[in-house]
Amino acid sequence: MLNNFITPDLYPAAAELFLAAMACVILLVDALLGHAQRWITAALTVITLIGCLLITYHTMDGQVVLTFSNMFVDDLFGDFLKILLYLAVIVVIIYSRDYLRARSLDKGEYYALVLFATLGMMVMITAASFLTIYLGLELLSLSLYALVAIDRDSPRATEAAMKYFVLGALASGLLLYGMSMVYGATGTLEIGGVAQALHLGVANKTVLVFGLVFVVAGLAFKLGAVPFHMWVPDVYQGAPTPITLLIGSAPKLAAFAMAMRMLVYGLLELAEHWQSMLMLLAVLSIALGNLVAIAQTNIKRMLAYSAISHMGFLLLALTSGVVGPDKHFALNAYSSAMYYVVAYVLMSLGAFGSVLLLSRAGYEAEHLDDFKGLNQRSPLFAAVMLAVMFSMAGVPFFVGFFAKFSVLLAVIDAGYLWVAIFAVLFSLIGAFYYLRVVKYMYFDPPADVAPLEAGLDMRFLLAVNGAAIALFGIFPDALVSLCTYALLRSL
Amino acid sequence: MSSHLLSYAIWVPILGAFVVFAAGNSRNLARWAALLTAIAGFAVTIPLYVGFDVTQAGMQFVEQRPWMPRFNIEYFLGVDGISVLFILLNSFITILVVIAGWEVIKDKVAQYMGAFLIMSGVMNGIFCALDAMLFYVFFEASLIPMYIIIGIWGGPNRVYAAFKFFLYTLLGSLLMLIALIYLFLASGGSFNLLDWHQLKIGMTPQLLLFLAFLAAFAVKVPMWPVHTWLPDAHVEAPTGGSVVLAAIMLKLGAYGFLRFSLPITPDASHYFAPLIIALSLIAVIYIGFVALVQADMKKLIAYSSISHMGFVTLGFFIFNQLGVEGALVQMISHGFVSAAMFLCVGVMYDRMHSRLIADYGGVVHRMPKFAGFFMLFAMANAGLPATSGFVGEFMVALGAIKYHFWIGFAAATTLVLGAAYTLWMYKRVIFGPVGNAHVAELSDINAREILFLAALAICVLAMGVYPFPFTEVMHASVDNLLKHVAVSKL
Repeated sequence: MLNNFITPDLYPAAAELFLAAMACVILLVDALLGHAQRWITAALTVITLIGCLLITYHTMDGQVVLTFSNMFVDDLFGDFLKILLYLAVIVVIIYSRDYLRARSLDKGEYYALVLFATLGMMVMITAASFLTIYLGLELLSLSLYALVAIDRDSPRATEAAMKYFVLGALASGLLLYGMSMVYGATGTLEIGGVAQALHLGVANKTVLVFGLVFVVAGLAFKLGAVPFHMWVPDVYQGAPTPITLLIGSAPKLAAFAMAMRMLVYGLLELAEHWQSMLMLLAVLSIALGNLVAIAQTNIKRMLAYSAISHMGFLLLALTSGVVGPDKHFALNAYSSAMYYVVAYVLMSLGAFGSVLLLSRAGYEAEHLDDFKGLNQRSPLFAAVMLAVMFSMAGVPFFVGFFAKFSVLLAVIDAGYLWVAIFAVLFSLIGAFYYLRVVKYMYFDPPADVAPLEAGLDMRFLLAVNGAAIALFGIFPDALVSLCTYALLRSL
Repeated sequence: MSSHLLSYAIWVPILGAFVVFAAGNSRNLARWAALLTAIAGFAVTIPLYVGFDVTQAGMQFVEQRPWMPRFNIEYFLGVDGISVLFILLNSFITILVVIAGWEVIKDKVAQYMGAFLIMSGVMNGIFCALDAMLFYVFFEASLIPMYIIIGIWGGPNRVYAAFKFFLYTLLGSLLMLIALIYLFLASGGSFNLLDWHQLKIGMTPQLLLFLAFLAAFAVKVPMWPVHTWLPDAHVEAPTGGSVVLAAIMLKLGAYGFLRFSLPITPDASHYFAPLIIALSLIAVIYIGFVALVQADMKKLIAYSSISHMGFVTLGFFIFNQLGVEGALVQMISHGFVSAAMFLCVGVMYDRMHSRLIADYGGVVHRMPKFAGFFMLFAMANAGLPATSGFVGEFMVALGAIKYHFWIGFAAATTLVLGAAYTLWMYKRVIFGPVGNAHVAELSDINAREILFLAALAICVLAMGVYPFPFTEVMHASVDNLLKHVAVSKL
């Protein structure tokens, strides 16, 4: 038995292994540090992520390499998303530090959990098997459940964590059940193998489509698409803001990768089935997200509904890949989806970063009113939030406009003109609540005149974040071409 | 011919705006930097007029390089006889706006000036973009500074006006975005406007495209019945905002008709011409009557703008040289006159903090110089011969009579109505006995105010007496456009 064991090629998974090792080291090191030296943990975490970034960057070669018995894949699509993931998590950690320190929440566990969540996302991104996806997803989810409850004395956070856990576990169950159906129909859990079986027509379609429904439901749950969105507003609002920042940014990249790996890499032959499911989810998400966001007075909750509508847009792009037997739309559709999710993560970081900026010890700036008169308190950060809001509303010259534009282009190209018109009209409705934030910041006198307390590192990074949103809007080609290229080399 | 003049016209004001922002709280530094930027912005546009070849109908000062190769979007700029004058007008008005806000704006001066400079650059971009997406991007981006301007420095109901302005115009332009994407796909992957002009399109798509463009441009013009945002925006906006709105922003919609609707969907344009003519006449006549009963001066001028813009759309859709050129002349003239009218109201508002006609009376006794200027502009607004207001209206009326006698007749009533509402307002505000104690304390205009009013007065008179330099520039391009529109693209 032991003779059959072949050491897998560890090289493609170097970044994951490094991160896993470092997470354990950090956990140990932190045990020896006092509260005053917690910055060492934070620095080590950032260094670890930078290390991962370097490893991934240097091992990136555009080849598609499978390892761990075809459970794990290293391709450009994954590498690109992972690099963005590291950057997003680094930004999350730097944004969160002041907030956590002011509330004595910057425990060692926070950093370890963030790293394990990151590892989970990396595994999701590089999964070549349904089982690996599930593994990564669970690692991510369990870390996030714990993170939401990290402020254990806050009843609201505990409630949010409970809700997140129960609903998340249900979704994982659905997903796993769907996967078991896929296994039953095709006899394999390898994504490539499933695609092969479908292509050869040896799989039982009825069982597959039955399983597909569960897979899509689980996926919609993780993305937070209507009607599986109930957890999103409660968790976004209940979790401490730095955790909301984490949940609202990096995992979207992983969820997108998960959708791509399962539906596009694996079940593309069933596109007509899952596309019509996603279309329904997308249309509902765009409508409900934008409408309900108007009624919110809590900015975290508003951004949660905004996230729902953005996920709707993302799904819309995924539905436009295959038209009948024709697959030449695929690259356009999937690269626009990828571009959209990257742009969204950038905007989401800026939005929650601004919320964190306004918070200080003993004061949660989570009401829209807290943004009143920000322009007088700090013109620079008002401008950053202005860029984020207009970008989310899809107004040029900001990155969000080109993201919406490329999705609409893909949707119209696929022949769904009316869906595009529908999406556009709901963006108009959505523009209202983004404009309202701008109104609070610019047109109203400040209700709170305390100086902003954030550290220099966060201020700098937030300004860069705002500038990036504008610069990727003025020079939009680089990002969208990168997305297209990464997909082209990995499809 | 390769040249970067158009890029300078766009980016000098925008980059200058960031220098102004950097001035921060230093009021003096901010406004001087703004003035220098505005003058530099105007200076770079002068060679556009001097070097313009009036015999050529095509695009001049062309700049073309890839911007977003992934979707074949280009940074493609160029001007023809139709657009070049608007770039000059816009850059010129920007200087006046900076001067007009010099003393009046006390709060966040750097942001005020910077917002206007950004808007100036963005609007130049709209007028010279020859790539549809580049046009669209500028077209929508222009909403942001105006939203901020109305919202921060506007009147008591500014928030409502700012939202209404933004959402109203966004609705129209989003539908246009769909149309642009459709055309991109229909043309086999190009956003090049000049290519689109040659593209053959079937009747049904043409009709739908026309309606999508109409949604964007009619709101912007604004045409009756989607004009309701304008009186609110005008009334609440600070003086500079009203000036830019009336002088330049309204022209964007009309310009869009000439650049998109007519050349891309000529058959649909002919099909819908009676509708547009009817809407235009309603704007001219009905809105003229509405203007008559306004109690608020700014509202009155806002309605007068809608009425005048009705003349412009009328001129476009009668498809003859006189009509289109007259409409263009009217657009330029309205740029000067409406700017001047709003500045005049601004001058009074700065002193009295009221825009209501009833609060005034006998202003001439206290402000004789001002009354003289205001008289000239009121006459121009009413379309008196020898002012710029007359030229355009007369040309359009003539063109309309050529097209159909009764349409021309109806359009010509504007000369009566315009005179009625403008002069009646003038009489109530300026003449008569001194209305109240506040009026009795008014001081006449100072050198700064004389400067911007005189500059506009010269323009209004020069254009009224000798319009040839304006019509000469547009002649070849309009001729070309009309020939193009006459050919069916089915």
